[in-house]
Amino acid sequence: MVLIKSLFRKKPVDLLLLLLTWLSIVLAAAVLMLVVGYVLINGLPHIRPSLFAMQFTTQNQSLFPALVGTLMIVGLSLILAVPLGVFAAIYLVEYAKRGSRFVHIVRLTTETLAGIPSIVYGLFGFIFFGVFLGWGLSLMSGSFTTAIMILPLIMRTTEESLKSVPDTYREGSFGLGAGRLRTVVRIVLPAAMPGILAGIILAIGRIVGETAAIIFTLGNVARMPNSLFDTGRTLSAHMYALANEGTHPGEAHATAAVLLIVVILINALSSRIARLIKSS
Amino acid sequence: MNKTNKYSMKNVDLWYNDFHALKNINMDIPPNEITAFIGPSGCGKSTLIKSLNRMNDLVEGCKISGSILLDGESIHGNIDVNALRKRVGMVFQKPNPFPMSVYDNIAYGPRTHGIKSKFKLNEIVEKSLLDAAIWDELKDRLKKSALSLSGGQQQRLCIARALSVQPDVLLMDEPTSALDPISTAKIEELVIKLKTDYTIVIVTHNMQQAVRISDNTGFFLLGELIEYGNTQQIFSMPSDKRTEDYITGRFG
Ligand SMILES: Nc1ncnc2c1ncn2[C@@H]1O[C@H](COP(=O)(O)OP(=O)(O)O)[C@@H](O)[C@H]1O
Ligand SMILES: [Mg+2]
Repeated sequence: MVLIKSLFRKKPVDLLLLLLTWLSIVLAAAVLMLVVGYVLINGLPHIRPSLFAMQFTTQNQSLFPALVGTLMIVGLSLILAVPLGVFAAIYLVEYAKRGSRFVHIVRLTTETLAGIPSIVYGLFGFIFFGVFLGWGLSLMSGSFTTAIMILPLIMRTTEESLKSVPDTYREGSFGLGAGRLRTVVRIVLPAAMPGILAGIILAIGRIVGETAAIIFTLGNVARMPNSLFDTGRTLSAHMYALANEGTHPGEAHATAAVLLIVVILINALSSRIARLIKSS
Repeated sequence: MNKTNKYSMKNVDLWYNDFHALKNINMDIPPNEITAFIGPSGCGKSTLIKSLNRMNDLVEGCKISGSILLDGESIHGNIDVNALRKRVGMVFQKPNPFPMSVYDNIAYGPRTHGIKSKFKLNEIVEKSLLDAAIWDELKDRLKKSALSLSGGQQQRLCIARALSVQPDVLLMDEPTSALDPISTAKIEELVIKLKTDYTIVIVTHNMQQAVRISDNTGFFLLGELIEYGNTQQIFSMPSDKRTEDYITGRFG
């Protein structure tokens, strides 16, 4: 208190900035708590075992098929997009000539792609994977579409985290007679891992929260997919359907709560995996 | 040309794109001695020392001409650049330990060159740390992150890391410029001890340091080697006016 008083006398602007910063932190945290609290308070009481039945019926309104659909879509699109995005970023940062025309074009393209609304990806996925390749509404169409959607994100975040690894690490490694590949794999990648992981978590969030592109390519049928070429739905699409019908608000809230918990679990799992990779 | 020289440079010119950074450098570096490069900043000391293990290859737009011989053999000829860098260790201006344990920092080099045996690696780690006079301080902290060490310890760890691949030559670019006087004194003592086994080239900003530790000194100005010879000679009776001005502190 004494500190604040003396600060007020000496530097009123500094004090104002300090208070504004605090206010922003409190507000940001409060909004987050409000949303999470609202979802959990409204959702948790409606969670019952029949919501997790293998088959969806109009009586049980099971979200289980949608949960499976979500995990499948997330898993498949990460398998497609993460290696591609990470390797592309490694090429751009570690191998390509800095400032070359090719790098410039690739970067411009990814930046543009990152800014396109998801429904455009949905339409593209529907026409290209669904119609042209004949995959119809399916896990394949859906996961390829979301993979393309998150590719620029993964590439950008990986590039940024590779660039933030100090060049002195690279020099140290080259100076010992290590080649480029060893330097990248042993020194640069482990140091960049936290940033790459943050990108993957953002990407997961984008896929899990997607509805438009998903409904266009995976469809929105409440049943357990039998194969990769089968249709299905994700939790977000399930919520969208429930909210649209308006007849099952409780189940919609329960789904939101489950979705929130799933996202938290996936994120925890990802950081656990990254830590395992780093320590080995 | 004296065959026993470790390095022999003839008419070395170097450009960063259009910028002529080194101009017609001719210089012989004798083995098992300490050779210091001095001169005002921007005169090309780092550029020249980095040419000796071809770290400049990594800089885009860098062209070099003339010849640099290591033990009578061109370092730009039929030589594997990684093998060259194994033979010529480097210590940098800012201590740059890898973000891993002390042990893994030292074992990284030998592992790079194919040593897998745990027993052999333990031996190398101990010997390298002993040679860098830091074994006593670190022997109980081998599993700790190297980033938790003090600046001076980090730099000696980096010296140990450079020694781990058994080089002939040690290049040091202002290795003490980021350190306090006590750490600096420890490193100087270490460098003098190391010259029995290694040829040492050191860039330094600090003229007292050059006097204290080096046998030969080269004075650089604007990319040119102005004067090169015995350290005592250079500092007691320089033959070039510009050298005299620099060492008496009239510029730089
Ligand atoms: N990568 C580079 N690209 C272009 N110019 C450079 C580069 N590195 C150094 N230079 C220039 O070369 C000259 C010599 O630099 P340097 O060897 O670092 O000097 P010193 O180590 O003696 O201070 C300086 O003028 C510097 O600006
Ligand atoms: Mg320098």
